[in-house]
Amino acid sequence: MRSLVTAAASIFALLHIGTANAEGVLNIFNWGNYTSPELIKKFEEKYNVKVTITDFDSNDTALAKTRQGGNDFDIVVPTSTFVKIWIDEGLLLETRPDQMENFKNVDPRWVNVDFDPGRHYTVPWQWGTTGMLVNTSVYSGDPNTSAIFLDPPAELQGKLSVLPEMGDILTLAIYYEGGTDACTSDKNILRKVRDRLVAARPKWLSLDYPSLEKYTAGDFDAGVNWGGASMRVRLENPHFVYGYPKEGYPIWMDNVAVLKTAPNVENAKLFQNFVMDPENAALISAYARYANGIAGSEKFMPEEMKNAPEIVVPAEFLDKGRFTPACPPEVNEMYTKIWTEVLK
Amino acid sequence: MANAAEIATAAARADVRNRWWLAAPALAIVLLAAIGPLVVVVLYSFMVKGDYGDVKYWQFSLDGWFSVIFERDVFDDTLKLADAHLTILWRSVKLSVITTLVTLLLGFPVAYFIATCDRRWRDFWLFMITLPFWTNLLIRTFAIQEVFRNEGVLNSALLWLGAIKRPLQIMFTDLGILLGMAYVYLPLMVLPLYASLERFDFRFAEAAADLYASNFKVLRRIIIPMVRPGIIAGSILVFIPSLGAYVTPRLLGGGRSLMLGNLIELQFGQGRNWPLGSALSITLTGGVMLALLVYVRAASKSGSGHHG
Repeated sequence: MRSLVTAAASIFALLHIGTANAEGVLNIFNWGNYTSPELIKKFEEKYNVKVTITDFDSNDTALAKTRQGGNDFDIVVPTSTFVKIWIDEGLLLETRPDQMENFKNVDPRWVNVDFDPGRHYTVPWQWGTTGMLVNTSVYSGDPNTSAIFLDPPAELQGKLSVLPEMGDILTLAIYYEGGTDACTSDKNILRKVRDRLVAARPKWLSLDYPSLEKYTAGDFDAGVNWGGASMRVRLENPHFVYGYPKEGYPIWMDNVAVLKTAPNVENAKLFQNFVMDPENAALISAYARYANGIAGSEKFMPEEMKNAPEIVVPAEFLDKGRFTPACPPEVNEMYTKIWTEVLK
Repeated sequence: MANAAEIATAAARADVRNRWWLAAPALAIVLLAAIGPLVVVVLYSFMVKGDYGDVKYWQFSLDGWFSVIFERDVFDDTLKLADAHLTILWRSVKLSVITTLVTLLLGFPVAYFIATCDRRWRDFWLFMITLPFWTNLLIRTFAIQEVFRNEGVLNSALLWLGAIKRPLQIMFTDLGILLGMAYVYLPLMVLPLYASLERFDFRFAEAAADLYASNFKVLRRIIIPMVRPGIIAGSILVFIPSLGAYVTPRLLGGGRSLMLGNLIELQFGQGRNWPLGSALSITLTGGVMLALLVYVRAASKSGSGHHG
């Protein structure tokens, strides 16, 4: 038995060393269906590097898997909400993207972000907003309010689809009830939030991730949705418009970071620099349909994205969008209880 | 003589040893793959929750278990029963019981039909019953969605026939979940029922009919008691996976109401409370085991009454 364990252990050790020493490899750990194959092909050809991509389906999964160890990921793409956790837990390598050659292309708006001030760890991948998607042939009122799902007009009741994202939904409700902090622990506001959500839930049809054809086929007439996904719906059915809640709405940004345990640090840094090139950043956007945060990439973008109101936020709603941080554990616990209460 | 006996015992011992050795790989897999993870889940349920998911290792805490049943109110901090958890538990149990009953009602005639039809056709019908297993559960659920949804096959057909004026809202309702679950788990009910009915000697039914028993009486007094093992096996096979069902309620119910499986997922994901998630999982496993024990006990008791 003991010899078997030793044998197994040495096989694993060999495997690990094997990958650690491999040259010309880059392992990316990213959201599913999110990495442009064209971008990867270009990177592989330019630097003679073989890229592998592993998918994750949520920030929590990505964090749990990475922390568990036993992987050979170089690059991870966490959302703004989670970047600070990754940094604080000592999982990321300080690669100083701000000193890289292509950093000059980063839109100044995204340089001094609170989750990574001055960009010492991360590079923008894509960013977007969470807002309202409304079929104007069913409801012709103002789409730019969270009342669409929190106090639904009669026409939309029973035809609403809401994202099953606790953070996004509570944030929208907190802003709607007059809160300014997405991680508030102000019980007066939270009580209103809970009552509001409990009252609104029976008027929703589903709580699910967006599906294009359910909107276009008429199962849903409105919903809480992401900008890029909403644009795809609008391209199929021009009656749909995307609304930016005037009470406030969450902005998110996914960011390219290098893991401290990365076996291929140099290739990973090359990749960070590579995606800050406007032409390459445009490839990312063209594939996954969100804005990218690199100035000058617009002119390489597909025609239908250049002026899409779901992606280029209209000036009047620009200041209503806010990054949401990852809430502290005790606040998150309250939110989970409220969320369970709402969905029980 | 003593010598021969010794040789015999030695041979028997060697035989036992060989059996253990041969069984060892399978036992090792069962121990490692089934009991190992369960032990991890039990251990996690007794640890302090990590700030951003995971647990703080080897820091003992009963918080996870405590919050399965009790909770501190978010607003006035009073201690109360975690009625949200209980409501969700009750919803899952209710749905599982109804699913089991529906599959039994639908599955019994099917199994009866197959068991009584011409021997040449039985294999064909059994093949048809097992056919859905060739496809992944997720894909089958998506497929049934296409049947139910407002623009789906069923509604289009009914509209075309003029039977309804507006599409029936089946998707995203409890009825939708129930129909989906019944569809997914029906084969698990039919197969054990068929196995019992196939062995059933239909001369008993004939004899009862000769003694002027009505059809219903034959069914109730002769057939059902004698195929009870099949009914029990089928019910267990349907009830247990229904209780933890995750994909079907999520896709067909639209996720508006949490099921037990979804509640557990929430704790490991956005809720970042792994100890509570572990404790909920163990509660579910324990509940299923308890139900099974009670069921099997009751079944064997009533079974022994009939056979001697």
